[in-house]
Amino acid sequence: MFYREAGQYKTNYKDDLATFPILQDRIAIGIYLVIAFVAIPIFGNDFFINSMMIPFLIFTLAAIGLNILTGYTGQLSLGTGAFMGVGAYACYKMTTIFPDINIIILVVLSGVFSAGIGAIFGLPSLRIKGFYLVVTTLAAQFFLEWCFIRIPWLYNYNISGAIEVPQREIMGVIITGASASPTARYLVVLSVVVVMTWIASNIIQGRIGRSWMMIRDMDIAAELMGVRPLQAKLSAFAVSSFYCGVAGAMMVFFWLGAAEVESFDVNQSFRILFMVVLGGLGSLVGCYMGAAFIWMLPIMITIAPSIFGLDINAATVEHINFMMIGGLIIFFLIMEPHGLARLWSLAKQKLRVWPFPY
Amino acid sequence: MELLYNIFIDPFVQMGAMPDFLLQVLWEGFVSGILYALLALGFVLIFKASGVFNFAQGIMVVFSALSLVSLYAAGVPAYIALALAILIMAALAVTIERVVLRHLVNQDDIILFMATIGLSYFLIGFGELIFGGEPKAMITEELGLPTGSTTFDIFDGILILQHIDIAAAVIAAILVAVLAIFFSKTRIGRGLRAVADDHQAALSVGISLNQIWAIVWFASGIVALATGIMWGAKSDVSFALQIVALKALPVLILGGFTSVPGAIVGGLIIGFGEKLFEVYWGGLLGGGVEGWFAYVIALIFLLFRPQGLFGEKIIERV
Repeated sequence: MFYREAGQYKTNYKDDLATFPILQDRIAIGIYLVIAFVAIPIFGNDFFINSMMIPFLIFTLAAIGLNILTGYTGQLSLGTGAFMGVGAYACYKMTTIFPDINIIILVVLSGVFSAGIGAIFGLPSLRIKGFYLVVTTLAAQFFLEWCFIRIPWLYNYNISGAIEVPQREIMGVIITGASASPTARYLVVLSVVVVMTWIASNIIQGRIGRSWMMIRDMDIAAELMGVRPLQAKLSAFAVSSFYCGVAGAMMVFFWLGAAEVESFDVNQSFRILFMVVLGGLGSLVGCYMGAAFIWMLPIMITIAPSIFGLDINAATVEHINFMMIGGLIIFFLIMEPHGLARLWSLAKQKLRVWPFPY
Repeated sequence: MELLYNIFIDPFVQMGAMPDFLLQVLWEGFVSGILYALLALGFVLIFKASGVFNFAQGIMVVFSALSLVSLYAAGVPAYIALALAILIMAALAVTIERVVLRHLVNQDDIILFMATIGLSYFLIGFGELIFGGEPKAMITEELGLPTGSTTFDIFDGILILQHIDIAAAVIAAILVAVLAIFFSKTRIGRGLRAVADDHQAALSVGISLNQIWAIVWFASGIVALATGIMWGAKSDVSFALQIVALKALPVLILGGFTSVPGAIVGGLIIGFGEKLFEVYWGGLLGGGVEGWFAYVIALIFLLFRPQGLFGEKIIERV
């Protein structure tokens, strides 16, 4: 009823190309941002912020990274976890070498390292694709995991083999380490994720993003039309790994506080892939939905039975979680390959024409 | 200079100095190579017939072995448990074909691949729910498999051969032979090859795709069961196996995705290479190189011969 575009005229090309052409969408985005930046820090309790919102946002960022590679460029990768690890370890080393530099700058810089590593492991994609590329990304995954264990320099020769986050502050507010408040960490994570989503959206709609999508849809045709596969693919690998690296660095610095190599194993890669597939390949909104869904699902499975008075132990929850995720992946691939994002846009379409069917 | 010496000279000096140890390492490599080959065989069967890269093969190995062990633990005699486990794999194959594959005909390879990742997650959750997550011992003796070991004296040293490893090699050879006969001599085998060659042409001469797919998933289920028994006899049956099972991927890269002999040779190369590299060169890198050696070999291989040793020449290249 309220979701109508009647009367909203597009009078120039700029309006026509706007990301959110409908006024109501722009209002909704504004409301979401107000809720995220103002309402949640004020009203949310520590559990909600620390165990739901922060990981949700960090996984969203990683999912955006993978979606750039898989959803927009069509190159399947199973090395996401390792690229997140590169970001985390790079950030950790930089905080020990340059303790005085602003931590947020370091987090963003650590993405540069994983972008470099990602581009190196993306080189085979120039000759091969499909399953063959999956193997090369798996090679990256296992080789980098091995590096995180066997190169003690990376974790400062710590006996436990873990990286532990030092305390850092910005403008007098402690934002990392054990004594940082969840709200402060949440606001930092939220700001980074919002800014990087905005940048991603612009890259994707720009020349580079369009060349990625051309490569995805048909690489030979794209090449004939002047897209250089070398640049397009390597830039996709680099940008994707950059996002994953920043997500990995934030995961350790603003959420976990300390991490070992297990945080970046192949299961992490699968989890991010599932977020992308469920959320929707080739959709930024989908990354948010997929990350929220996969992250919240086990929490829901834990909470739901207790409402009905049933008691389920933690192991069973995890097994049911695995089954549901697997089942849902198959279900979505069969019924709606474009994921939750597609369902969302279908719902919006229905709203626009309501009460008429079309 | 010393580094070069350590890389190019020293390992060979060691090999020459202790030939009995070298033989032992080679034997270990051979055994793990057989297991990789069996794993890869399951992938190849399905890939040949349906073009699906079955990521769930690893969990099928675990699932079949666990059903066998759990049935035995529930009081079913060993051989009947074996028969029942085969039946379970048949039921699984038919279910997968009905519920998943039939709806995904004509989709992109990558979509099918992701569906099998979903399938493997489903089976992990399902398996842990039914069988429990803890590792279980394989019922090696009850199935009539040998468990002892023989010691040979050679080169002033000893070589220890586990009987179960010999049995694994023999069973693998029998399986491959049976599959080869099945593919070339039987009616269904001809149907399988026809489908592998061209889906549409096979359909148009009246071969039922759905039936063939169920059969081929069943065949790779049996291969999975054999792999699970052999692997379980060496170490316990646990869900950790399915990460190891990913090593079938580099094996396939080496051997080619569609070639049964390729799977065997690729598995052996990876098995030998991995063990030799770990024992003689791994120390230079700090050990634990087994985890990625196979993948890096595959990576290098991909750059020079993407179709694998025995694969078909046609490969989609960029």
